[in-house]
Amino acid sequence: MKLILVFSALFGAALCLETFVGHQVLRIKASNEEQIEKLQLLETLEHLQLDFWLNPSTPAHPVDVRVPFNSLQAVKVFLESNNIEYSILIEDLQVILDEEKQDMANSQQQEHSSSTFNYGSYHSLASIYEELDNLAYEHSSIVSKLKIGESYEKQPLYVLKFSTGGTNRSAIWIDAGIHSREWVTQASAIWIAKKIASDYGSDASITSLLEKMDVFLLAVTNPDGYEFTHTKNRMWRKTRSKIQGSLCVGIDPNRNWDAGFGGPGASSNPCSDSYHGPSASSEVEVKSIVDFIKNHGKILAFLTLHSYSQLLMYPYGYKCTEPADYEELDTLGQAAASSTHSLYGTTYKVGSICCTIYQASGGSIDWSYDYGIKYSFALELRDTGNYGFLLPASQIIPTAEETWLGLKTIMEHVRDNPY
Amino acid sequence: MEPPPPCSAAGRAAALAAACINYRRGGPSRGLELRAVTAAATQDIDNVGRKYHLKLVLEDILEKDNVVNCTAEILYHLGNKNAAPDVDFTIEGELKNTDEQDNIFYNQIKSLKKELVAQNIPDSHGNVPPEMEPIRLLARVAAGYVAWQNSTENTRYELAQIKDVRQVKRSDDYLEFDYMVLLHEFVSQEIIPWQMRVLWHPQHGVKVTQNSRQPKPAEY
Repeated sequence: MKLILVFSALFGAALCLETFVGHQVLRIKASNEEQIEKLQLLETLEHLQLDFWLNPSTPAHPVDVRVPFNSLQAVKVFLESNNIEYSILIEDLQVILDEEKQDMANSQQQEHSSSTFNYGSYHSLASIYEELDNLAYEHSSIVSKLKIGESYEKQPLYVLKFSTGGTNRSAIWIDAGIHSREWVTQASAIWIAKKIASDYGSDASITSLLEKMDVFLLAVTNPDGYEFTHTKNRMWRKTRSKIQGSLCVGIDPNRNWDAGFGGPGASSNPCSDSYHGPSASSEVEVKSIVDFIKNHGKILAFLTLHSYSQLLMYPYGYKCTEPADYEELDTLGQAAASSTHSLYGTTYKVGSICCTIYQASGGSIDWSYDYGIKYSFALELRDTGNYGFLLPASQIIPTAEETWLGLKTIMEHVRDNPY
Repeated sequence: MEPPPPCSAAGRAAALAAACINYRRGGPSRGLELRAVTAAATQDIDNVGRKYHLKLVLEDILEKDNVVNCTAEILYHLGNKNAAPDVDFTIEGELKNTDEQDNIFYNQIKSLKKELVAQNIPDSHGNVPPEMEPIRLLARVAAGYVAWQNSTENTRYELAQIKDVRQVKRSDDYLEFDYMVLLHEFVSQEIIPWQMRVLWHPQHGVKVTQNSRQPKPAEY
């Protein structure tokens, strides 16, 4: 009854027909059968336009009735002269309806808010992009969304900027999903975004970090590939760019950076999953990041998320010689791995790319390091091969949580060691 | 004289040792996985090949707190690159007995009215229906054999997904499955379709009777 009332009130309001201003809802308690009969008589008086929500039946049950403003006096006189007990349930029905309408509008908005985004499951590209908007909206004092370019298929490349203001602050760069099949990375990135936004103000570490530095987070570095893993091939790794002279599609975006480009560990075969492409930064996804970093001018750390293998690596990949900052990077890497391990016992192996995984040219952290960004790390998240790329969704949040501890250790070090 | 081993090779040798140990000791109710490498040394043997001496810690996939220490020796042969590497290993300590779970799985399959058929294990989101977990672990064991047979110092194979599995009807006690799987090769990052015919019996263990690399479907 009430629901019909609400809807009809809204419908009426929309068509400027009827409102319920001044209407009251009375709760009537009949004490005997005679009073019940009197109330049943009231039911028949159509000119009063009474709307019984609970009809008179037995003295045990209350009678609820909506009384239009114009009938109020007549009804109350009737009840009082017959010694029928009543109370006012609702003083003014229109007030209630207005409040309800507002509530409904509020909850509609909330459905799009991040309180309903499930961080423990894998999402489509559209859903992740919607959540980026929600985060920027809900935490607008510190989160904003920037577009740094477009993918080959013209998907926007969205970066979340975490900042407490200032001008020309130094910053930390984090990216995920450069290889599209590594789903736990995009999923962890969006969780980390939420974590940073929520913890600002309550967590001492992230609060002090954001007071001094900005954080840039690119949650989906390869949106074309990510879309393809949802629609056609879950195991797709590369971009989706067309290759001149080949039927094969896509370039390995982590062999396409200007660092030992075209060297060992990358393929010149377009059909290969590690095809480096025609030239360094030929992929728009790579070039967009390079341009952003160069234009910014004050990026102090470059952190990139991959899966799987549970590794925490520093340069180099294109050559097997140690970087100049080897000792500091290795020590920091060990500390970060230790933080990660502390939560669920997940073990990360620390080392250079070349010695830990394989020699691979054209990789992003080699480029960032040689460009001058000392704190360049690549993480390979869970697991070590049991599920591999197909990591169960139940492991997303634990992975994100432990990864966050490792990243925080690195970020704290960067905060405390500016250069 | 062979070039020196790439510094990442010890990790691959360890992964191969783990795959081999899983092949020999794993089953539908037991999966072993490499947790850590505690020692690694290489030895060049003139005219023969390169030997890796490894100390490993393996964990039980189904019960992560169950770990065993292993020593393994892997010899990658010089010259004939088609020869599978020699793998010798010893496991210290006992592995948990899985007879009961093995028998449950065995009886479940034996009592099926129609031969088992399934696809995409795990699915895109990593889901594995509980009744498919033994099928997945069995594939992992068989994939360990394929990895061993096809590995060099510069490859590392993991089972990425079961695309299709069909039970093959048999008149004897054995269970037989024909798998089409995707293997993930680390160094090239390729996903390689591979077909495997797998026999299993609770008392007689796992045997890969036939396997073949499949052509990669064209990707548009």
